[in-house]
Amino acid sequence: MIILEKRPNPSRAWALATPVLAVLATMIVGGLLFAMLGKDPVLTIRTIFWDPLFGPFGSYTRPQLLIKAGPLILIATGLSFGFRAGIWNIGAEGQYILGALTGAAAGLALYPSESRLIFPLMVAAGALGGMAWALIPALLKVRFGTNEILVSLMLVYVATNLLAYAALGPLQNPEGMGFPGSRNLSQWPSSANLELLTGTGLHWGVVAAGVAVVGAYVLLARHAFGFAVRLAGQAPRAAAFAGVSPSRLVLACMAISGGLAGLAGVFEVTGPAGQIGIDFGVGYGFTAIIVAFLGRLHPLGILLAGLLMALTYIGGEMAQTQLGLPGAAVQLFQGMLLFFLLAMDVLTQFRLRWKGASPVIVATAKPVEGAR
Amino acid sequence: MKLNRRTLLASGATAATLAVLGVPVRAQDAPLKVGFIYVGPVGDGGWTFQHDQGRLAAQEHFGDAIETIFQESVPEGADAERAITQMVLSGCQLIFTTSFGFMDPTANVAAQFPDVKFEHATGYKTAPNLATYDARFYEGRAVIGTIAGRMTQTNKIGYIGSFPIPEVIQGINSSFIHARKVNPDVEMVVIWAYTWFDPAKEADAAKAMIEQGVDVILQHTDSTAPQAAAQEAGNVFTFGQASDMAAFKPTPRISSIIDNWGPYYIQRIQAALDGTWESQSFWGGIGEGEVLIGEITEAVPAEVKAEAEALAAAIGDKSYHPFTGPLNRQDGTPWLAEGQVATDEELKGLNFYVEGITGEIPA
Repeated sequence: MIILEKRPNPSRAWALATPVLAVLATMIVGGLLFAMLGKDPVLTIRTIFWDPLFGPFGSYTRPQLLIKAGPLILIATGLSFGFRAGIWNIGAEGQYILGALTGAAAGLALYPSESRLIFPLMVAAGALGGMAWALIPALLKVRFGTNEILVSLMLVYVATNLLAYAALGPLQNPEGMGFPGSRNLSQWPSSANLELLTGTGLHWGVVAAGVAVVGAYVLLARHAFGFAVRLAGQAPRAAAFAGVSPSRLVLACMAISGGLAGLAGVFEVTGPAGQIGIDFGVGYGFTAIIVAFLGRLHPLGILLAGLLMALTYIGGEMAQTQLGLPGAAVQLFQGMLLFFLLAMDVLTQFRLRWKGASPVIVATAKPVEGAR
Repeated sequence: MKLNRRTLLASGATAATLAVLGVPVRAQDAPLKVGFIYVGPVGDGGWTFQHDQGRLAAQEHFGDAIETIFQESVPEGADAERAITQMVLSGCQLIFTTSFGFMDPTANVAAQFPDVKFEHATGYKTAPNLATYDARFYEGRAVIGTIAGRMTQTNKIGYIGSFPIPEVIQGINSSFIHARKVNPDVEMVVIWAYTWFDPAKEADAAKAMIEQGVDVILQHTDSTAPQAAAQEAGNVFTFGQASDMAAFKPTPRISSIIDNWGPYYIQRIQAALDGTWESQSFWGGIGEGEVLIGEITEAVPAEVKAEAEALAAAIGDKSYHPFTGPLNRQDGTPWLAEGQVATDEELKGLNFYVEGITGEIPA
């Protein structure tokens, strides 16, 4: 039987190298998978990782990378605070949906008036909506000791049903022939979140993602709150002695992650998605969890990881249309990325040992940060 | 817009520029490239599967004259617009987008690429290079509604609704009208599943109906879960939806309503090849071969089978319209006078039940 034994001093070099190794391992195993599906593995990997950047239609796909990565980075940055402090908000998808709903509702209440203030109002409403949704599991945890993983996850399903209700009820487009879905917010000048510079893909959501990354970096490196977050994650007892209130930390981390997820939702619904529809939630909130860990919960890492994840999405689509790769193979490929990352994380923190091979006392395997 | 080097540079690399620069013009003998955007996986056994069968039928019909590509499981929204644009960039000259939620993305891309032809399923926005197509599923519902009305012992039939949109409301009304026509005591139970495909939810809906005494279930959702639930309960009949669901023959599945897109795809691709393609709003039914009634099994008495087939034939040759008056709305107010037929516009915006159906349409 194999036992995991905690390494006394996990190598820092390995910790930094694992994301790169995980990507390489994904390419190799993914390549084998593609070969088994009868596709040229080199060509497929090239289509996924190279063509979106430098392929013949790069001038179209490069801005698309930003559009796809924007919400991922924004949500993942918010999640990274809680994940560092051991507070597990798994329900960012629901907070993203609520942000879109409250933002859209605030705007549509004023339709069809024209004002420059409508868009900022919608953004504020979206952030508050996401925040409020995240504070439900936070308050339940603080007040009643419930598990925030379960509650935040379950609230995703509630949010999905609210979305369907809104798309068919209060937010339905009165001129939409009875079909589900709201008015198109990207076609209403007051709410449209369009490209700021033509041909760059840069919309307010991408700008917000950049600001969030810088803000998170400063907060974590230079601010007492960042210190409290890091301390609570690494040594909860020490944090308590240092005067960090666990309850306030839970509320703050959940509010930040919910607020940023809500922002991502409102920027998406006013821009690339354009309208509230039954299928508005396409899983950004869940993918952002992968992005957060792939980026080592570090703001700059998350920036790179978000772009990488966007690359696999857009490259994966190109592989589907150009090479006839099945959609499920692309999803499998993306899943492998997280699998390899977590597996390598475990191996940098622990070593494998055969039971009975050594009489040394074996430390009980505690889940590591990043592997829970 | 005046196009010169300067305006091209100024507009950067927008899609409009790509329309001028990047889209390869089809050489005389190169195959016509046709793209399909699917909302689900091709293996869903229902909606997307049937569209892909249509694509395969077209590919087989035209052979080397066309090349078809597809992208499956495309989310409705921002991702759809990119997927459609990428198909244009990779040289597609005719693109079918096969779900209602692709309407605005298709319209946006169509506006950017006036030389590419687009066809959007089940929507209502058209342009000179954007056509729409849909199927008169309510015609098939009239036929299976007739069978349901004859087959029920408990006089309770059930309808698993997907979303309260006109297409589904047409289906509920049409099957109820024709079940009542052959069985004045019949009642209908409607359960809204709020999904097009979710085996767990569909099974729950079917079980809830069976517990209420329903013994014939019609479904507007694509999975075979209701068939499985009916098989388990015994003495409950069902109908295949979207695809034939032949695995559940001869019971519980006693017939089916099949989406058959092949003839339409072949016709439109032919028009594109001939250069006669024009924008239109096509709504075909049994007569056009777009809606098929699957085999009526031996569990159905011969006279009921003959009755259903006669109805399908009458609908097919247009001698009978499933929405023919006298018909009242649910609240008792008159809708269609004796002999009056519902217009397509009325049907496409249908948002009320006919008289006799209980319950409310959620909104």
